[in-house]
Amino acid sequence: MNDAATVLSASGVNKSFGSLVVANNIEFNLPTGQRHALIGPNGAGKTTFINLLTGMLQPDSGAIRLAGEDITNTPPAVRVKRGLVRTFQINTLFPQLTPIEAVTMAVCERRGEATTWWRGLSHYHEAIAEADQILTSLRLDKVATRTTRELAYGQQRLLEIALALATKPKVLLLDEPAAGVPKDESEDLFEVIAGLSSDLSILFIEHDMDIVFRFASHIIVLVSGAILVQGPPAEIAANPLVREVYLGKGRHGHAHS
Amino acid sequence: MAEAAPRGMTDWIASRARWRIGEIVFWLACLLPLLPAQYLPSFLQPFWIFDRYLQLLSQIAITALFAISLDLILGYAGVVSLGHAAFFGLGAYAAGLISKFWFTDPLLGLLCSALLAGALGYISSFVILRFHGLALIMITLGLGQLLAEAANSASWLTGGADALQGIRAGKIFGVFEFDIYGQTAYIYALVVTFLVFLVARRITNSPFGMSIRGIRDNSRRMLAIGAPNQQHLRRVFTIAAAMAGVAGALLTQTTQTCSLETLNFQRSADVLVILILGGVGRLYGAMAGAIIYMIARDIFSDVNPQYWYFWIGLLLIAVVRYMPDGLLGGLSFLGSKLRRS
Repeated sequence: MNDAATVLSASGVNKSFGSLVVANNIEFNLPTGQRHALIGPNGAGKTTFINLLTGMLQPDSGAIRLAGEDITNTPPAVRVKRGLVRTFQINTLFPQLTPIEAVTMAVCERRGEATTWWRGLSHYHEAIAEADQILTSLRLDKVATRTTRELAYGQQRLLEIALALATKPKVLLLDEPAAGVPKDESEDLFEVIAGLSSDLSILFIEHDMDIVFRFASHIIVLVSGAILVQGPPAEIAANPLVREVYLGKGRHGHAHS
Repeated sequence: MAEAAPRGMTDWIASRARWRIGEIVFWLACLLPLLPAQYLPSFLQPFWIFDRYLQLLSQIAITALFAISLDLILGYAGVVSLGHAAFFGLGAYAAGLISKFWFTDPLLGLLCSALLAGALGYISSFVILRFHGLALIMITLGLGQLLAEAANSASWLTGGADALQGIRAGKIFGVFEFDIYGQTAYIYALVVTFLVFLVARRITNSPFGMSIRGIRDNSRRMLAIGAPNQQHLRRVFTIAAAMAGVAGALLTQTTQTCSLETLNFQRSADVLVILILGGVGRLYGAMAGAIIYMIARDIFSDVNPQYWYFWIGLLLIAVVRYMPDGLLGGLSFLGSKLRRS
């Protein structure tokens, strides 16, 4: 599993806020095209780990590699350009733009066309076509010309992913993509995610164990900033440590750090 | 089938940028005051007062232009400024000083003023745009005050409190002279305002315009899609500063006066009030605000020169309370309600 096809990895990553250890010697490998799930109780440091990978936080020690290159000291925007892109647990959208405008704009940013101020957006046929295709693939084409803030919550969650896809990522980090979405809808949402290009490598955080076991090929259990155990779903489900620390204590809400 | 959908989206985006009938009517109506009264039906003639108010109309056009420049940074990019008069005043003094010491061609003067104000905008943006919220407001306020005091103390150059003396007025294209009725001045101010408006309109409909709106709506997300937020903001700030410089230069050239008032805090506050009255983030809000504000000032200051701002204050409170998107926002809301019912 840990061969040349690893697209994103973290080795010996540590991070503390004062005496609070939020990342404790994390070793992590994401092979190309895989769907890995990151689970763990509230406050385990899951979102913090995403922030460390994307560069929104700097690790105290350790290294992060993207496609073999060390990106530990690379600024967040450059990591995005190299294909490491995230979505947010809480909707982080453009409320006053329509989905087609927002996604076309994100495509233009990627293509280096966003500094052009003397030409109308409607002339960028390729960017618009690409945005339209992304929105269609996420079943948002019907609402593409409505203002974002008027969209249903579930549609806004999909737009979170659409914006990330517009950057043409190699690796997608999904921070609770179905946070706040009712159970039946969240399965639909994960069906859409599962249908994304198989070239795309995905790490997702999710609390619903049914969904995790259904959609992940590999599960990483994080507890108090350290990896407790990781492996294929069947192995994790049978692991007594996991049952005790995580599953045994019953389900919990969606809110976490 | 896959081909049909993008076509529809492109059309939809194009339709957002298309000229509306109301816009064309508005700009044509701006030409009406130039119509001499004798060409009108006789029963209308006694009411035809616009030609006597051409100077006020020029000032409205200039104020609208200044407000448009603020709208680009405030309404579209979400950068609040309480020191925008710095660029207006720099443009005003630049135009005056250029005509006094160098050359009198108005258009060349306008261009130089725009470049100077744009340069100040670009340089100051490196400091200003690091800040947000209250700190940003204070920094812009500070910059405005700094420039106003600098102009005040450099009285050997600016004339200080006595205003700049010796401004010369050249002919536009070497042909059109500024006349005492203010006809040339109005046409000049209107045409320049219209041209700058066209640029602003194009910016708001461009990929860049979409990106600055993205920064206004959610700068964190813009970073997460790899956008160079600071670079975008510096660019729009520079453009807006240059536009404000054009407005200031227009005021100097059309009135042949230039005083410290072009730089003072009141002007920065006024243009913010105008924009909020009219509605931010819609360009025409800047126009509507300028028209209402300048006419109200003209009427109320005749009635009661000392306390005219009382009524502006009342209007501002009413608008912010009942029409948070400004008068134009309120109107378009009413319009869409009527259409739906």
